[in-house]
Amino acid sequence: MEFWAVKIGYFLITLGMVTVYGLLLGAIIARTMARVQGRIGIPYWQPFLDIIKNLGKRTAVSHGVMFYMGPVFRIAGGIGTLAFVPVIYGSEMFSNFHFAGDLLLAMYFIFFGQLGMALGAGESGHPFSAIGVARGLGQMTAFELPFVLAIIAVVIQYDTLSITEIVAAQQGGVSNWTLFTNPLAVAAAMLAFLGMSGYPPFDVFTAPNEIPIGPPTEYHSSFLALMATNRAIFASAKLILFMDLFFGGATGLIEMIIKTWAIYMVAVVVGASFPRFRVDQSIRFFLRVPTLIGIASIAFVQIFLLG
Amino acid sequence: MTTKDQSLGPLANDGLSPEERDLFSDARPVPYQPYPIEVVEKFVNWVRANSLFMLAFGTGCGAVELNPLMTARYDAYRFGFQPRPTPRQASVFMIGGYASVKTLKRIIRSYEQMQGPKFVVALGICPVNGGMYWDSYNTVNQFDLYIPVDLYITGCMPRPEVLLAGVLELKKKIKEGRADGHNRYIENLDWYKANQKRIIKNWDMPDYSW
Amino acid sequence: MSNDPKSIIEELSDHYQISEIKEQKADLLLLKIPKEDAVQFIRELRDGQNYTHLAFMTVIDYIESGIFTLTYMLHNYAAHHNIAVHVDIDREQTEMESIHELWVHAATYQRELREMYGIRFPGSPRLDDDFCLEGWDEIPPMRREFDTVSYSRERFFDREGRITTDPREHMKQIMYPIHTDND
Repeated sequence: MEFWAVKIGYFLITLGMVTVYGLLLGAIIARTMARVQGRIGIPYWQPFLDIIKNLGKRTAVSHGVMFYMGPVFRIAGGIGTLAFVPVIYGSEMFSNFHFAGDLLLAMYFIFFGQLGMALGAGESGHPFSAIGVARGLGQMTAFELPFVLAIIAVVIQYDTLSITEIVAAQQGGVSNWTLFTNPLAVAAAMLAFLGMSGYPPFDVFTAPNEIPIGPPTEYHSSFLALMATNRAIFASAKLILFMDLFFGGATGLIEMIIKTWAIYMVAVVVGASFPRFRVDQSIRFFLRVPTLIGIASIAFVQIFLLG
Repeated sequence: MTTKDQSLGPLANDGLSPEERDLFSDARPVPYQPYPIEVVEKFVNWVRANSLFMLAFGTGCGAVELNPLMTARYDAYRFGFQPRPTPRQASVFMIGGYASVKTLKRIIRSYEQMQGPKFVVALGICPVNGGMYWDSYNTVNQFDLYIPVDLYITGCMPRPEVLLAGVLELKKKIKEGRADGHNRYIENLDWYKANQKRIIKNWDMPDYSW
Repeated sequence: MSNDPKSIIEELSDHYQISEIKEQKADLLLLKIPKEDAVQFIRELRDGQNYTHLAFMTVIDYIESGIFTLTYMLHNYAAHHNIAVHVDIDREQTEMESIHELWVHAATYQRELREMYGIRFPGSPRLDDDFCLEGWDEIPPMRREFDTVSYSRERFFDREGRITTDPREHMKQIMYPIHTDND
């Protein structure tokens, strides 16, 4: 009993830290983008102020129960993903609730939030929400394929479904990282990550000018605050998952921060360089090269690493 | 500002047909109640002033001067000022220039869909007194008869520097708690509605767009 | 281009009663045609003479003569030449044959003219729908007998303290203050 109480306490500490880190990371990225455009950019504390302000706003609109549940599902997805991903390898405090099959649960939670959001946004009855949801789910289905293929390759390679064991297998030098032992899987997963992060080539589902910000069009006040919080938690959890699976995990806080920032910058750099895909283009994109790379990575594992 | 609207009952929704009337809410909006502890209210006001989500309504030429605010030269982001594409999420309503009667209808609907506390900034001389369109058959001459304006930025057109100065002025007003247009609108809703209906002849929308 | 505009008009003059031909610019020719022949003439220009584009369609209010002058601006892409076809219609019997079958977008122009000047184009699609004005209940606002100043005063209320200055005098005051002081 006491063991669980301590674990939950540790998890709450992790959650708080990851939320703050995620919000700061968002501000840092926004400032980086601003510098690229020759601006100063938002203050570092802007995401925190936005959340406090949105919590202080009034809510006078009701669209039914599912509308309220949408952001709750979404934040449940974010927290759930984080709960089963060890943030720092070897640390009792930041290991979270890891168990033998946590990779499957984490993957499930990644998509759980999106589906909940789709239901909630659909309930709002706004046509732009429906368009955004249709585009978002279509694109999600497409980028899920290379991502899952890459995960399968990694699982075959390390013969385990536990993220902690995958991290453990990558310890002992940079050359043990999945990035170097199985580059094809990492390539497929990183391409899927571009779709997941919602930066420009694949941000058609939240196009602010065409379909005013897509699914969350009708979400306001505390719903918006909840979703902004979730964006921070979810982005961090996803980055940590990628770091654990492909980039050797982290043994310290500084290492974690540097690695996740670097992974995030991949999406940002690509986003700053490319214009937006239409949704049919992005689906075709994901179903061609990344999917083939994913299949190739499984073959690579079977033939060269195990065979 | 002393009238208490609870005694006035639900809205009439006269402009709607009887079968449509069931589809829209007839509830009156409620004024914003400040937090009972003064320090909290002051802190929240400071946060509000530093997190301004702007809904730009490009009614006239003002929209041209609004866009450069977000570019490298002026960069309003550093003041916590950022555009937001939907009225639900916005807290500052920027009226970009003259408002014709047809646009006014859309302005009212967008404004009422915003969640309070909300602030209105009107750009240019036209919302103040009609400007060069003062004798036009469809440009409103006194914008604050129809929508409570928290800040006017005059000029024809105001340059982006002036808009930035206006943003800072709005922040000062919000911090001091003087930007109370939202409550003014709700407490005097009947007066505003009477003014709006006097010039909008085909009023075919609910009295308050929730 | 085989035909130059002058010869086109000369050729068409055999069949139509063209008057007031004026070469405004090198690429713009004005002419006037009676109301009855106008649509047939425009169709001839479009189908026979390659003036395939309706650039715009508007009206001029000659309240003194009691007429509206409709203007159809046609453009020839190959020759880069415009012909403005003027058609006089009576200010009281404001009715004109619709050209929405020649150009689909003419229907929008006709809607606008119906709303702003009260000119009717029978058969034009969505003619009576609101265009810019919603719920307008006065005489059409662009007709010159409409008093826009008094309408604006009684409807939109001038704000107290508004002043009007003559631009010329005002700029003199600003630019040469010493000079005017010495005078």
